[in-house]
Formats: sequence, structure tokens, C-alpha cells
Amino acid sequence: MKVMVPVKRVVDYNVKVRVKSDGTGVETANVKMSMNPFDEIGIEEALRLKEAGAATEVIAVSCGTAACQETLRTALALGADRAILVETDAELQPLAVAKLIRALVEKEQPRLAIVGKQAIDDDCNQTGQMLSALLGWSQATFASKVKVEGDKLVVTREVDGGLETVSISLPAVVTTDLRLNEPRYVTLPNIMKAKKKPLEVLKPDALGVDVTPRLITLKVSDPPTRKAGVKVPDAKTLVEKLKNEAKVIS
Amino acid sequence: MSILVIADHDNQALKGATRNTIAAASEIGGDVVVLVAGGGCQAAAQAAAAVAGVSKVLLADSPLYKDGLPENLAAFVVGLAGGGQYSHVLASATAFGKSVAPRIAALLDVAQISEIISVESADTFVRPIYAGNAFATVQSKDKVKVITVRATGFDAAAAGGGSGTVESVPAGSDSGLSTLLGRELTNSDRPELTAAKVIVSGGRGMGSAEAFKVLEPLADKLGAAMGASRAAVDAGYVPNDWQVGQTGKIVAPELYFAVGISGAIQHLAGMKDSRVIVAINKDEEAPIFSVADYGIVGDLFQVVPELIKELG
Repeated sequence: MKVMVPVKRVVDYNVKVRVKSDGTGVETANVKMSMNPFDEIGIEEALRLKEAGAATEVIAVSCGTAACQETLRTALALGADRAILVETDAELQPLAVAKLIRALVEKEQPRLAIVGKQAIDDDCNQTGQMLSALLGWSQATFASKVKVEGDKLVVTREVDGGLETVSISLPAVVTTDLRLNEPRYVTLPNIMKAKKKPLEVLKPDALGVDVTPRLITLKVSDPPTRKAGVKVPDAKTLVEKLKNEAKVIS
Repeated sequence: MSILVIADHDNQALKGATRNTIAAASEIGGDVVVLVAGGGCQAAAQAAAAVAGVSKVLLADSPLYKDGLPENLAAFVVGLAGGGQYSHVLASATAFGKSVAPRIAALLDVAQISEIISVESADTFVRPIYAGNAFATVQSKDKVKVITVRATGFDAAAAGGGSGTVESVPAGSDSGLSTLLGRELTNSDRPELTAAKVIVSGGRGMGSAEAFKVLEPLADKLGAAMGASRAAVDAGYVPNDWQVGQTGKIVAPELYFAVGISGAIQHLAGMKDSRVIVAINKDEEAPIFSVADYGIVGDLFQVVPELIKELG
């Protein structure tokens, strides 16, 4: 079974983003970029399936500018077998990405796509579900445990009140939650090896996908800021303030 | 103009967030139609019909929808909304809504707009990006707008006072793609985290699972829900459905206690819209103090028992 894992290049999770003064977006020039953390978990899960003998090949794919090659090299250094970049400078929204990945799925015929549950830049949480719908596949979002059982997957999902376990038919899309696994580190020898692994570059046109955005971002602004309040010396003063000043307890 | 709201429910009752989503639908304007798709979900449909602002409830009662699995449900909604009957399809930004709404959008070949926090007009909405560190105002040109609604952005519609009609609709077909094997839900007498008026959360500073017991009497006194930072969940102190933050639950209670939580941006993203924030931390430089209305610098194992005593 081939496994496909889409990876997105995003502003590193440790960077405090700044809104551009002209309100067109956030500052991404000279900012550290990394693989979306949920996608790293996706790569790790695919590698574990391969190591357990359940997967035969792990294909990392990305959609975006030429710089995404760097993200794909990271995926290869982690252990993915090969990589495909759909290269475009156009703004890509989740529906367009899902369509591009569907085209790659049709080309490569994986039986499983492991997708990060959300990208930490646009926080959309859509691409995996959209991909699954476009392919007519089953889906299990927010996975914290994945087990292959014949032609089915048993997936434990993180839901609002606790955990839920579903059995879904392959082929399937699984989206990763934080506690699915702890990704391994990239080692220097593996970075060197990754340079020799195949990385194919395609254009959206070659896949016959129209990536025109459906949503127009009118502006991006700073959220209202919260001012720091006061430090109080003890529990007694705190209770007094909560009762008489904030009036949140009686 | 009609708006279809997909109810999140457990067949007996509506999940709290559904009423916030109905409020968002009312703000967009037009007839608000609520779809209650479930198995043996008559009670939930009646509850939906009583919510203020609801004009009609579509009841799809079938074993296919009993467990809220997305494949059959999304296809069914597309059958209902695919002919342009609805200008908007709304779901709550809950685990359920987030699983099903993007599927619906993709099948309708439209964008999905995630976690809106305000309605500017019928086609323009505000949503947080980058863990709430920026707000994007987005406009949709699609014929149907498929949207998930962040509950903290809208005051819940009243549970009573509505007079919607209930209309049964026949179920769709079975894709046979998925089945539910079981659920392990956290049983608690406390209020639900996302609906609680008061929340007491602990972080890595708690140091152990046992230490969380120190917070229980405080939560008892205040009738509070209990939450945690990602660090505390990752350390295994508490179950994962307690997590408040960018990738956990987004909450905005009247009063939020952050105990032993340093205040990573991922955590702040989940709670900074709370009305009053109290931080208790021994590190006076902890970033949590920059958003807290009231802070106490000190050892939580001393401060919390004192606090409980002061609350009487």
C-alpha cells in the first residue's frame, strides 16, 4: 500500500506573526518557515506504517512556491521515499489544494492519504476532508491512533467529549491530531541521503486543475489586544476584586 | 434567502454550540432552517424547533445518521442544498461540524469558511488566522456559502421562545464507508468546557496528575469546568479533551483561572476572549500575566488552598 502525505510550508510555530501595516496579510519575509507540525506527524505515521510492513512506499507531496522543495527535502530526510511538488506562485486555498492532491492521488494510486488536521497559518482544517469527499473515500479526522486491519482502518479520534473509535474502509483519508505520535528528528546523514531522493515538479495546468481562489481576503488586521491587569498580593485581595471590581463572583 | 444550519446533537439534546450557530445564521438574515439528522433524534428536533429564530426543522431520522459520521451525512446535505435552496450552510466549529462541513463544500464545489467570529454582511465574514494573532476579513463569491461558526463569537440564541415547525425528510443512501465502534466519553458532573461560565485550568506547573486534585475544590466552589494547557495534556496529567488552545478547545467564559500555565501563544489563542482572566504562577515574567486581569505571583499549592478558603 502506497501512502501519500501532503506537507505545507508555514511560518514556524515559534514565530510571533506580525500583521503588515497595509492590512494585506502577515509579514512572511525573513521569517523562519517550517513544515506544518501536523504534517510532520502525518509523515511520522506513514513511516511507522511502512516500518510495520503495512505500507510499501511513502510519497510526500506539497503545493506552493519553489521554496516548498525545502519542506519536501525535510520530509525525505525524515524518511519519505520520494516527493512531488505542484509548483505555483498563485495563492492556494484548501479546495484548490484538495483538487491538486486528488489529481496526484489519481496519478500515484495510494490507498491512504495522511493529512495534517489543520495548517497553523490559515487554521482552516479543511483539506483532508475535502480531499476525501472529492475522491469519494472514507475519512477519519483528528486521529490519535491508527491501525490497519485488512482492507479497513481502525482509527481512534479525538472528539469534543473524549475519544471515538471508527472503522473505515480503505482507501481512506486520515487527518492527524497532536497525540498520534511524536515525530522523529532529522539526522545529518539522512539530510545528505535526502538530496539524492527523487523530487518531481509539476504545474497545476499539467494536472488540469483550476486553482483560482474562491475567497477574497479584504483585509487582515490585528486582533483587539488585551491589556495586562494588576498583580494582587494575596488570595484575599483577589477574591475581594473578583467580587466588587470585576463582579464575576458573588 | 434561507440558511441551513446543521445541528450538532447527541440525538437527545442539542450541543450548546448549535444555538450559537443559529444566532450567527439569524445575524446573516433570512429563514433559519435547522437540519437534525440522527437516529432516534425526535427530542433533539423538538429542542431545535424551540430555539429562538428557527423557522423550520428538517428531521432526518435514520440509523445512517445516528453516530454523526461524515460520509453519509455530507452526501445527504448536498442532496438537500445542491439545488440552490439555501444561500448558506452553517455548522458549529466542533469536532462534528469541522468533519462534515468541508466535505459538503467540496461536493458543492465551493470554498468553506472556517470558524467565523463575526458577520459583516451576507457574503463577508471575519475569522481568526495564525492562532488568533490576526483577523482576516474574507468575502465569498460562491453561490452557496459553507461556513463553520466559532461559538465564542456569537451569543447563543435562546433555547425557548421559537416556534419552528418540524418536517420529516427521507434519508439518503448508505455509502457503507465507515462505522462507529465505540466512544469513551469523559464522564463529569461539571459543566461542558465550551459552555462553562467559569473555567479552572492547570498547566505544566501543576507537576503531576495528582496535583490537579488541588484545583478540584476550587472548581467545585465556583461551579466551574476544568481545563488544561497542551503541556499538561501532553504530560499525561489530564485527558486530551481538557485542552484549551489553538488546536484544542476555544473558550470564552466569564471567568478563567490559569493556574501554573505560562501562557504560550497556542494556549492564549484558546482563552484570551474570556471576560476576566486570573493567573496564578510562580514566575512573575510568565507571559500569561500580560493578558491576565488579575495575577498572583506565588506557589499555586499555597495560593489555591487560600483562595478556596477565602471563597468560603
